Amino acid sequence: MSTRPSRLREKAQVLDETALDRALTRIAHEILERNGGAKELAFVGLRTRGVTLAQRLNAKIAAIDGTTLPVGTLDITLYRDDLDMRGAPVIRGTDIPFSIKNKTVVLVDDVLFTGRTIRAALDALIDLGRPKMIQLAILVDRGHRELPIRPDYVGKNLPTSKRESVAVRLREHDGEDRVVIEEPEEA
Amino acid sequence: MSLLIRNGRVVDPANSVDAVQDVLIDSDRIQRIGRDVAAPPDATVLDATGKVVCPGFIDIHVHLREPGLEYKETVATGTRAAAAGGFTAVACMANTQPVNDNRSITDYILAKAATEGIVRVYPIGAVTRGLGGKELAELAELAEAGCVAFSDDGRCVMNAALYRRAMEYTLPFGAPLISHAEDHDLSHDTAMNEGVVSTELGIPGAPAAAEDVMVARDILLAELTGAHVHIAHVSTAGAVRLVRDAKARGVRVTAEVTPHHLLLTEEAVRGFDSNTKMNPPLRTKRDAEVLLEALIDGTIDCIATDHAPHAASEKEGEYDLAAFGIVGLETAVGLLLDRLVRTGALPLATLVARLSRDPARLLGLPGGSLAAGAPADVTILDLEAPWTVDPARFQSKSRNSPFGGWAITGRPWRTIVGGRIVWQ
Amino acid sequence: MGWTRKDLVTMRELDAAEIVLLVDTAASLQEIAGREIKKVPALRGKTIVNLFYENSTRTRTSFEIAGKWLSADVINFSASGSSAAKGESFIDTAKNIAAMSPDVVVVRHSSAGAASILARELSCGVVNAGDGAHEHPTQALLDLLTIREHKGHFEGLSVAIVGDIAHSRVARSNIHAMRKLGMTVTVAGPPTLIPPFVQELGVKVSYRLEDAIRDVDVVMMLRLQQERMTAGLIPSIREYSRYWGLTLDKLRAHARPDVLIMHPGPVNRGVELSPEVADGPFSVILDQVAKGVAVRMGVLFLLAGAKGGGGA
Repeated sequence: MSTRPSRLREKAQVLDETALDRALTRIAHEILERNGGAKELAFVGLRTRGVTLAQRLNAKIAAIDGTTLPVGTLDITLYRDDLDMRGAPVIRGTDIPFSIKNKTVVLVDDVLFTGRTIRAALDALIDLGRPKMIQLAILVDRGHRELPIRPDYVGKNLPTSKRESVAVRLREHDGEDRVVIEEPEEA
Repeated sequence: MSLLIRNGRVVDPANSVDAVQDVLIDSDRIQRIGRDVAAPPDATVLDATGKVVCPGFIDIHVHLREPGLEYKETVATGTRAAAAGGFTAVACMANTQPVNDNRSITDYILAKAATEGIVRVYPIGAVTRGLGGKELAELAELAEAGCVAFSDDGRCVMNAALYRRAMEYTLPFGAPLISHAEDHDLSHDTAMNEGVVSTELGIPGAPAAAEDVMVARDILLAELTGAHVHIAHVSTAGAVRLVRDAKARGVRVTAEVTPHHLLLTEEAVRGFDSNTKMNPPLRTKRDAEVLLEALIDGTIDCIATDHAPHAASEKEGEYDLAAFGIVGLETAVGLLLDRLVRTGALPLATLVARLSRDPARLLGLPGGSLAAGAPADVTILDLEAPWTVDPARFQSKSRNSPFGGWAITGRPWRTIVGGRIVWQ
Repeated sequence: MGWTRKDLVTMRELDAAEIVLLVDTAASLQEIAGREIKKVPALRGKTIVNLFYENSTRTRTSFEIAGKWLSADVINFSASGSSAAKGESFIDTAKNIAAMSPDVVVVRHSSAGAASILARELSCGVVNAGDGAHEHPTQALLDLLTIREHKGHFEGLSVAIVGDIAHSRVARSNIHAMRKLGMTVTVAGPPTLIPPFVQELGVKVSYRLEDAIRDVDVVMMLRLQQERMTAGLIPSIREYSRYWGLTLDKLRAHARPDVLIMHPGPVNRGVELSPEVADGPFSVILDQVAKGVAVRMGVLFLLAGAKGGGGA
């Protein structure tokens, strides 16, 4: 059973290309500031756009600090708590080719909503090793948390209503860099 | 006691009749057939307008299972099933427990038929003791006791020398040997036809040759001895060709076919429903087409159901372990009317002949015709009645049929034996 | 497009997209074998029963590990010994197990069609772990995963399956799957072990090992069972092995240098495969076993993981 309505239309643009880029630059600075540098840091992006954002953050950190951090890919399908409701699941695979033990892992995702995805990601990371610390970097926080999860780094706070959805479009996937709010078309 | 069957379409191939007529029955004989026959004062009148009135159908290949296997069927339930299927007579096979290889069993069956049977029952005696294929049964006594034919059906008499002697020995009795043609070595441990379906399903299959090899042998032995051999449940194009060639040469061979071999093929096995498992197995589409052609041109003399009841536990389960055989008495006529006659593939008169005149002639049985003086065995059909096959409501004790759920138009309407309506 | 079926019974009924989905899912689960803690919670609280009417420690263990790594509760029920002897039909045995509400039942039976019948009779998911000579879908899937890992793709590859094709569920499942994925398949062996009309399944037939293994990408050797000799299908194991057994010499003389040698196991060393080939550099047999666990994890995940939602 799909939870997405079949027809959506764009309601408003939230971030354009420049604003998105500035947000990422700021987050990159904040990560370095909070952690006193890039030592023992690693990025893990949630498929699919979280990975792209992690790679962009990594590029920015390299530009600022000169350090390139390892970037891993996390597929949380095996850790979801809503499998029964989501229809046929498709696993895309986890690929973290480095040890996360004793590292500070910065988990990266595009939109933070109920918090369930991040909860699953935390379980997955802990199964894979014992990181020293996990921090959360999010491009858009749209509220409506159902679990006590909070981000450490936020690109934009965006109050939304539950029937709206937030679409993050990235050049690498969608041909453009934009973040928009969508709402269901009235029948 | 008189019974007047009024205004039905009488189809009586034995007398070349296909016309609307009245049939007057006096006690247990047909008195006369004609138009506007006056009803005697005490007569019951049966209005058969729109129905088809035929000589009583005869199924010469039925397993009544009594004595010994009464949990599957009895003479009582089997004859009720026969009547419900429009049959006024059945010939029952000898593979009971104990085997009908001596007259005491034949007497037992006939006694049961007299007290509990509602259609005529003609026993078939075994060829060999215990169906063991090694020693002849006491065939003369079996014939005297009332056996109309001899067969080890269920098994083939693999020893050709023995089968030859059986043919010779029974020549004077005028009762044919009915051959279950199957080379048990070629068919050993198989559960279906050997072909593309068995290859796909991974179920061991018996090639058509397993049947043809024995049909050829039995024809040649019949030619050698001058005996009448009747090939049971022919299922292959190869067997048809052998029978056709043999008849052309003047060999005394006859043959029968089952409704399921005409209507189903090996494709039916794909669902692993063991109600598609029987011996001989369902063959290819080409075989079914050849069988129908042969039935129409008379190479195959008659239709016989090979009604083989089995308990649910014997059919349920693994395909390769399930018992062989399906029931057929209650579905044969309806299926053939719907799938072959209605579609124009088989003329009605031919169907009636192959179910009445021809089996009677083949086994020398009374009946098979509606002439004055003939026994009052009548099958009345309703060609337009729609119904759905529901094995749960069979008269038979057993339910093993692959036709459950089939929607059919055409069925027996009344079955009359010796002037009495035994089923409606 | 995800997985929508209740059961996995045959490769014959799947389309190419479904087969690729199963292989892809298995591929992405392989990494769990490399973790220190081999556990993901995906099937936590799900119950899987291995209902094995025919003994097989290897396949059963593979399914058991697969289920446990996904955090399912796995129960092994050995129903071998003829049901008839116990007076209970195999369907009754299965229904009794099903009454305890497992999420998935993995069935192995010596009769063709047993899994198909149970899939119809039981409301829980049924995985066919081998039914007589009919099908063994998870074996074909792990074979495919192994092949793709070494060759990078499916389309256009050529495969020779050598041995007792007639009695092989592995051959049947692989033939169906490989044909759908655009591979060419040749079956080879003595004529008595090649089932009739097998060409109708879209395969070529060869009676000579040397011809069959020439120019193919993959050679899959099948196990020869002793019973075939007593059934009059081959005169002796010795003769079979001389003409259809794969030795290093024959491999070097006729096969391509990049050929993969596969076998569903257990190998009869010296019969269908010489020890040097079985343990040599062309062999990916142990790889197959490892991928078996991943494939079975994938199958269990797709069948048990998304109940209610799957199937639209």
